[in-house]
Amino acid sequence: MTEQATVNPSNPVKKRSQLKAIWFRYRKNKLAMFGLALFLSLVLVAASSGLFLDYDTQVIEQRMRERLQPPSSEHWFGTDQYGRDVFARVVWGTRISLFVGVFTVTIALTVGTLFGALAGYYGGTVDNVLMRIMDIFLAMPGTILAVAIVGALGPGLVNVLLAMAIARIPQFARIVRSAIISIRGQEFIEAAKACGTRDGRIIMRHILPNAIGPIVVQVTLHMATTILGVAGLSFIGLGIEAPTPEWGSMLSEAKEWMRYHPYLMVFPGVAIILSVLSLNLIGDGLRDALDPRMKN
Amino acid sequence: MEERLLEIKDLHVEYVTDEARVFAVNGLDLTVNRGETVGLVGETGAGKTTTALSVMRLLPDLVGRITRGSIILDGIDITRATEADMRLIRGEAVSMIFQDPMTSLNPVMTIGEQIAEVLHLHEKYDTKEEVEHRVDEILRLVGLPPERKGEYPHQFSGGMKQRVVIAIALACEPKLLLADEPTTALDVTIQAQVLQMVRELKEKLNTAMLLITHDLGVVAQTCDRVGIMYAGEIVELGTAEQIFQKDERHHPYTVGLFGSIPDLTRKTRRLSPIEGLMPDPTDLPPGCRFHTRCPHRMPVCEVESPRPSYNGGHLIRCHIWDDRRCSQ
Repeated sequence: MTEQATVNPSNPVKKRSQLKAIWFRYRKNKLAMFGLALFLSLVLVAASSGLFLDYDTQVIEQRMRERLQPPSSEHWFGTDQYGRDVFARVVWGTRISLFVGVFTVTIALTVGTLFGALAGYYGGTVDNVLMRIMDIFLAMPGTILAVAIVGALGPGLVNVLLAMAIARIPQFARIVRSAIISIRGQEFIEAAKACGTRDGRIIMRHILPNAIGPIVVQVTLHMATTILGVAGLSFIGLGIEAPTPEWGSMLSEAKEWMRYHPYLMVFPGVAIILSVLSLNLIGDGLRDALDPRMKN
Repeated sequence: MEERLLEIKDLHVEYVTDEARVFAVNGLDLTVNRGETVGLVGETGAGKTTTALSVMRLLPDLVGRITRGSIILDGIDITRATEADMRLIRGEAVSMIFQDPMTSLNPVMTIGEQIAEVLHLHEKYDTKEEVEHRVDEILRLVGLPPERKGEYPHQFSGGMKQRVVIAIALACEPKLLLADEPTTALDVTIQAQVLQMVRELKEKLNTAMLLITHDLGVVAQTCDRVGIMYAGEIVELGTAEQIFQKDERHHPYTVGLFGSIPDLTRKTRRLSPIEGLMPDPTDLPPGCRFHTRCPHRMPVCEVESPRPSYNGGHLIRCHIWDDRRCSQ
């Protein structure tokens, strides 16, 4: 009973959380912090755009007399071929892209985690059936799959969301499955079973929290690819339909005016680059921060 | 006669893989009475852990299987219970301490949460305050300051982690505690502390314990009765005094085990280990399982499995001590 002597019993219960340790490591990565700042400002822009922009009069209303103006103090990013303010449209586009990214990844994460968890935890036939289905999806390139799904369902926000989500389910299923398999065999899982814990609870309370690292990294990286994917679909006319100011469809419209009005292309392009870049930087930073071997 | 808590009869356990069938436990009989400590001693691969896992019914899915025999725990046949019943039995009637405290705690949950979880699973207390109060109480019982319940396993030393593991195992005051080499991963001074604590707690809570170990020293300190296991069978079973008494009758394997540990009272230049290795459990020898390594081998040992002979509750499974054979 000598070990307890080192602790002062009057100490209050202290809970030094893992989150704090991760944040401490993340903070040291300057690029990752830049990514986080960039992403947070994009979120701020998306959240506040509704407050100072009126969708009907400022984002989609056509004013043919003001068409194709270069950037000025009145129209910071200029105006497009229908006289719409490009700044307002790019800002509004942030809402669309972030919403699509978050929503798609949420669906893909939920369904993928469910499949991956069942396959990884139970193994055997369950694993084989689920993962072979996932393999069928993985055998097709994600964009082609999304094009096929949108082609079948028709364009539109909801269908694009579904298409992007379905194309990403197998990726999450694989990540979660491999994480679960590596944790399932550990002794604390057996110990949890020995206490009479139910399978569902073991997966939710004991396995998934231990696998959160690789999953979180995948979430950020997939949000980036989703934003890019949606822009791509919209660019080829299969994504979100006009006049909704989606960055990809703005690029698509602008390509006809590229020679004399290049700013029409530059601003939505930069917006796509910034959002994808910020998420990739966050993902890389998190990967390093969550890896205990990087601890110092 | 004391009341029986655990009665294992003719237990056979197999592991079936693509390559082979492994006969891990072959006809094991064992009883544990209430409040008693029974030691199970044997080499690696003798089937000790398999026996404990069978009692918990936690043999690896798809691979491990109880093929014959019964395990009666407090009147319930474990081999026939449903999975839902087993979940209630595990943790409440019987709980297990695993070998390595470093890996048997969830690294991302605080130790307080992990203790509270068992209580929660078995719905021991209604309010959060009661659970927290009980967690503090259990921590104090195993000699840890309750103030540290908000900390994570990596903030504790090995000995303290094993205390947490024991706290979890004893939280619901089980009738039977299965301790699978609870001190193997600890260094000797901590080992002594933990054993001392387990003994005291057992006394206090009147818990029976099945202690699995390959350390005869630990057995001598802790156990009321001892079973010596070899190739999935109990070859000798008796009270600790009977087993440790040098001039008693013993199974040749037991003699070999004691010959392999240094004796402080005698001057010997060399230890005398048992020659050879444990037989391949996928291909067990006929007759007595030990005959391939036995120094007193007789022709009958190679063909006929020895029957157990009793001498005042002291069981030996060997042809040498089979009186029926000696009288012939």
